[in-house]
Amino acid sequence: MYTKFSPEMKDTHLILVPSMLPIHFKFIVPVFEMSGYKLEVLQTDNDNIRQEGLAHVHNDMCYPALLTIGQFMDALKSGKYDLHHVVLAMTQTAGGCRASNYLSLMRKALEQENWEFIPCLSANLSGLEKDSGIDFTLPLLLRIVYGALYGDALMWLKNQVKPYEIHAGQTDQVVDEIAQEIVGMFSTGQYRKSKKIYKDMIERMKAIPRTKEKKIRVGIVGEIYMKYSPLGNQHLEDYLIQEGFEPVLSGVMDFALYTIENGLIDYRYYHMHAKTKPVYQMAKDVIMRMQKTFRDAIKKDGTFTEPDDFAEVIRNGKPFIDPGVKMGEGWLLTSEVVSLVKSGVDNVIMCQPFGCLPNHIVAKGMTKKIKEEFPQVNIAPIDYDPSASKVNQENRIRLMMANARLNAQNKEA
Amino acid sequence: MYRIGFDIGSTTIKAVVLDENNHICYRSYERHKAQVRQKALDKIKELRKYTKEPFTFAISGSGAIGVCEQSGLPFVQEVFASAMATKELYPETDVAIELGGEDAKILFFKGSIEQRMNSQCAGGTGAFIDQMAQLLDMSLEEMNEASQHYHRIYPIASRCGVFAKSDIQPLINQGVDKADLCVSIFQAVVGQTVTSLAQGHKIEGNVLFLGGPLYFLSGLRQRFQETLHLRDDQVNCPDTAIHYVALGTAYCSEKVYTRNELEDILEKLVNTPMQLDESEPLFETEEDYEAFVARHRSHDVKYAKLSDYTGKAYLGIDSGSTTTKLALITEDGRLLFDSYSSNKGNPLDVVLEDLKSIYDQNPGIRIFGAYATGYGEELMRHAFHLDGGVVETLAHYTAAKRFNPQVDYILDIGGQDIKCFKIRQGHIDDIVLNEACSSGCGSFIETFANSLGYDSVEFAKLGLRSKHPVDLGTRCTVFMNSGVKQAQKNGATVEDISAGLCRSVVRNALYKVIRTTNKNDIGKHIVVQGGTFQNDAVLRSFEQELGYQVIRPSIAHLMGAYGAALYAKKLHRTPSAILNKEQLDAFTHKSQSVACQGCTNHCSLTINTFSDGTRLIAGNKCDKPVKLKKQVEPLPDMYKYKMKLLEEEQKRFKHTKKIGMPFVLNNYDLLPFWGRFFDCLGYEVVWSKPSTIQTYVRGQQTIPSDTACYPAKVVHGHIQQLMDDGIKEIFYPCMTYNIDENQSDNHYNCPIVAYYPQVIESNMDLLSIHFISPFLSFDDEKTFARAVKMHFERAGIEWKTKDIRIAMRAGINAYNDFMERLHVYHDQCVQYARIHHHPIAVLCGRPYHLDPLINHQINQLLTSLGFVVVSEESVPKQKPHRVNVLNQWTYHARLYQAAHYVCKHDDMHLIQLVSFGCGLDAVTTDEVKQILKRSDKFYTQIKIDEIDNLGAVRIRLRSLKGAIEEKEEGLKREGKYVY
Repeated sequence: MYTKFSPEMKDTHLILVPSMLPIHFKFIVPVFEMSGYKLEVLQTDNDNIRQEGLAHVHNDMCYPALLTIGQFMDALKSGKYDLHHVVLAMTQTAGGCRASNYLSLMRKALEQENWEFIPCLSANLSGLEKDSGIDFTLPLLLRIVYGALYGDALMWLKNQVKPYEIHAGQTDQVVDEIAQEIVGMFSTGQYRKSKKIYKDMIERMKAIPRTKEKKIRVGIVGEIYMKYSPLGNQHLEDYLIQEGFEPVLSGVMDFALYTIENGLIDYRYYHMHAKTKPVYQMAKDVIMRMQKTFRDAIKKDGTFTEPDDFAEVIRNGKPFIDPGVKMGEGWLLTSEVVSLVKSGVDNVIMCQPFGCLPNHIVAKGMTKKIKEEFPQVNIAPIDYDPSASKVNQENRIRLMMANARLNAQNKEA
Repeated sequence: MYRIGFDIGSTTIKAVVLDENNHICYRSYERHKAQVRQKALDKIKELRKYTKEPFTFAISGSGAIGVCEQSGLPFVQEVFASAMATKELYPETDVAIELGGEDAKILFFKGSIEQRMNSQCAGGTGAFIDQMAQLLDMSLEEMNEASQHYHRIYPIASRCGVFAKSDIQPLINQGVDKADLCVSIFQAVVGQTVTSLAQGHKIEGNVLFLGGPLYFLSGLRQRFQETLHLRDDQVNCPDTAIHYVALGTAYCSEKVYTRNELEDILEKLVNTPMQLDESEPLFETEEDYEAFVARHRSHDVKYAKLSDYTGKAYLGIDSGSTTTKLALITEDGRLLFDSYSSNKGNPLDVVLEDLKSIYDQNPGIRIFGAYATGYGEELMRHAFHLDGGVVETLAHYTAAKRFNPQVDYILDIGGQDIKCFKIRQGHIDDIVLNEACSSGCGSFIETFANSLGYDSVEFAKLGLRSKHPVDLGTRCTVFMNSGVKQAQKNGATVEDISAGLCRSVVRNALYKVIRTTNKNDIGKHIVVQGGTFQNDAVLRSFEQELGYQVIRPSIAHLMGAYGAALYAKKLHRTPSAILNKEQLDAFTHKSQSVACQGCTNHCSLTINTFSDGTRLIAGNKCDKPVKLKKQVEPLPDMYKYKMKLLEEEQKRFKHTKKIGMPFVLNNYDLLPFWGRFFDCLGYEVVWSKPSTIQTYVRGQQTIPSDTACYPAKVVHGHIQQLMDDGIKEIFYPCMTYNIDENQSDNHYNCPIVAYYPQVIESNMDLLSIHFISPFLSFDDEKTFARAVKMHFERAGIEWKTKDIRIAMRAGINAYNDFMERLHVYHDQCVQYARIHHHPIAVLCGRPYHLDPLINHQINQLLTSLGFVVVSEESVPKQKPHRVNVLNQWTYHARLYQAAHYVCKHDDMHLIQLVSFGCGLDAVTTDEVKQILKRSDKFYTQIKIDEIDNLGAVRIRLRSLKGAIEEKEEGLKREGKYVY
């Protein structure tokens, strides 16, 4: 029997969170603090994480499970934490993908070490683990949504500025400063003035001195953890920038919209969630409106490229994959690739954990069809797993880059 | 200006120099023995005479990335380099196929250039052929020559080299003709290239063959040509095939250098100290090593002199996958004679020589018992008239007990397999064999040593001196290859690589095969054995990894044979029937391969005929070809029964209007539903025929993901077959949700089962038919009917919603009836077993594991071993149990149910079939195991894939049977056994 997370633990326990989205997670700690939770995002990135993962998780399990659980075990063994006063937080998707099992695997790992007393907390919005989750109050939810949106915006702008910065490190520094200011606004309530915040954000990113050269844009799609987490994808964004490319990553809010959209599709296809359907519809509308504020700000300013409208992303995928494919990244992954290509990003890296089941369908399974429609597209599927050495992955990425350069040359000629 | 291109691969370095007129004025192809940097520098110095300054220079290849990163030398991606060279030299090419030491690539030039490299798990083509050549004890030239005179091609798994090897090994042991083996090996390479690389892209038009293996082996080219139906004028293998990447790199080189500049850069590189992950050396000092050697020497076995021995002697033969071991012992267990030799393609000859040698040394020797064990057990018994055979596991345990009566854990790492067994209260409690994917561990070190230009003993010794063993990961050997590349990239020394490899083998065994998480779980009295542990570096790594000392008997490599001899001594008390000296002198043997005509499987059989006229048939999956005379009543087998019922269901309804459906995945479960459903609507379902290897091959070229599970990959062939048969409407729905059996929190299908129709739609050419694939769920009649109606309308078939709803209900009734029949038969099976005292095997998996191609007829193997076989879905409904994992898949919930059910019955044993690549079973296997462990039951997991070799499975199931019998006896003694 495992230990549940009870409301009293809010005051006594420190909640540990695995790393994933470096910019977004800057907001997590203060946002939760305001609702009375003490949080720490793990920042570790070492080989022991993989070793601990291998030792505690079935080795055929997907790589993200191995890494997140490995990161927890590594932290717990580091001696930095009072084991009787920590809680481990995991997200749970509850879908048909095996990823929804992370929490039970985490508990099994704890059992192995006789640490059953450490509670695990499920962060999900699907009603799993009702008795061991966070109480998502409206103010907390609102801050999370805003935090995610600002994170998305900063990441989006960063990727358009950093590759061109003249003074190395300046972009990261400015992103940090802006993030700090937004953190301050969470406590004053100012954070909801998104129009102003976006405008200011764009101004300051724009002010960073940049070179005028044209760089090739490379889209990153994939399994959500592999796509964003530098620990998982071996710092892929930085690697691309270092090699002279501009990475393009859609925001994490698109994934949230995808899960909401799936609720609506379930209703349409199988008449499920008849009662909650209006809530889904409302959430979708609200978030999409919030995203539009950022797009409008970019458009008005005119310096940067704007992210895709999610309604457009949904439409883009339909000729390729049925929206009923909803496990893992489902139709979203295919739709994202198509959207990238349509907006002129012909080079795409698909990050996937080795043996990821949904990716057999939505990534590798759809490549042929996408290529038939867009012959110019240059897709590199990259498998990640604890033993696949970096050379192999790099080699594949290099091939993609060499092709990208050649295609760009041909286009010019 | 002159242009120079280097290609540094995993094992070789290639160099090309182009002059001002683009003529090749120098080219070379050499092994670099992991000394990448030095070799590059030497090469540049050597090129002084061939170049004019200044020249352009660039490097390519997987071994070059590190060099370039550290030195700033220009790097050209290798596939890209090949593409450039082709554009320049052979612009008419449509497809280029390039096989390298460890990689395979296909380049498509038609339209936009498309380049495919082998994914991480399909590596090792050139290295694989090398390995096979060694296994057959032939040179590559001999293999090539032999392959021209073949009679038949054996099916060999075409996924990764390791798989193929486990297919070939038994063929060798069965004594199959070498020419046939060679050609089958080449065919496997072709299959592998075509499936894993083409991924839905047809290979046609003008084809260019590149890389060493294709250049040197005309037989391999021949296989490609035949498989792809290419005319002679469509193929080309230029004489630059082996230097091709270097040539392309030379074309791509842009940066200008002078000789001195370049030499300076490389010189500096050679002298740059390497950054390496600090890791513990195997031995800190020479004294440590000596102490270690002395300690292990204490476990030496005693010897007796053969020539003047007059007592009773006992013989054990362990006919393993790559080696044959033989031990002759005295009554008190001293060794009279032992041998350990590589099979060199024919284990019979090896044993023949050994036996002759025994008779030569002591013509009067009195052998009182001779037993065989291992893969080739049957062959040995028949050939030399031995007295009996013993399961490998039991042989090892018997031997290990000699060295430590308290032994509670035996780990055996042999040439290509890892075996470990846990012993509890005197019986074998848990057996773990390596899954086909991580096998090849022992022979891997050897092959690797050779590829680096060392022999294995020398290579292992180097490892002992390593100060910084490299970390090479713990997955399959193919991954280790890329790990070595990484290490070479970092400039690791051969010593470090050797030690790193040994450590990986150990970690592989511990974490991948045994899957240990807690060292104390393993045991306190560990005996390690098998040829691989003869390597001190492996032994030391193992002790280091565990943190305590283990016993390695001096005859670690002979334990199977020694155990078999001890076993013979225990059981046999009369003079042995083994061939005497005269009979041996007259001994000859002939092998012949035929296709069995016993059933539609047409297994390839090998008939060995010996000089005395006795015959041994091998390769059979059932007893039909061997047991024609003696008719035994077959034991009840749910798999057979269900298959028969399904076949009846398929023929049950007749209509003139037809709908095609593939007989795959969840349709193995839902077939009764769909049959009745369409019957109600006035249609007959035409099901695709049960899978055969041809079915698979038929759809092979359209499989987009080579790491998907085998049951999924077979789907392509089924759809193709339906189309070839002229079916115009194929129905194959996507089902996110399965039938809700109220045993789990939700009732999902796995992503593959749920959405494979989408893959079919996007990757197969379906233009000539209507592919009807709505998203359906049984939960809601209304949306079900609506979706069916809408999608069939698009195909021009109109039904009323009302009729669809009626049909759906009828279908569900038919489905329930069908399931009920399974339950009834289940009870009959159990009853039969109890009356006749047979153990019951609950063979668990997924409904589609019923497919005989997928389950390799393991059910028949079980009945032949005396088990009554039932399946997981036939298990009576249990009250829902709590499980420790998220339980939201219908098929998985059945597994947990079955596990709980088995726990309640002493005479039932659960065997779980797991398809390779099934990600969800990473969750279920651990949970099922835990449920069983709690009730002190055996857990047996069998991983299945394309491999068509039941050898390992047989050993495993026989050991299980042995263990069950022992345990039952124990329970009976204690009066606890219920049945």
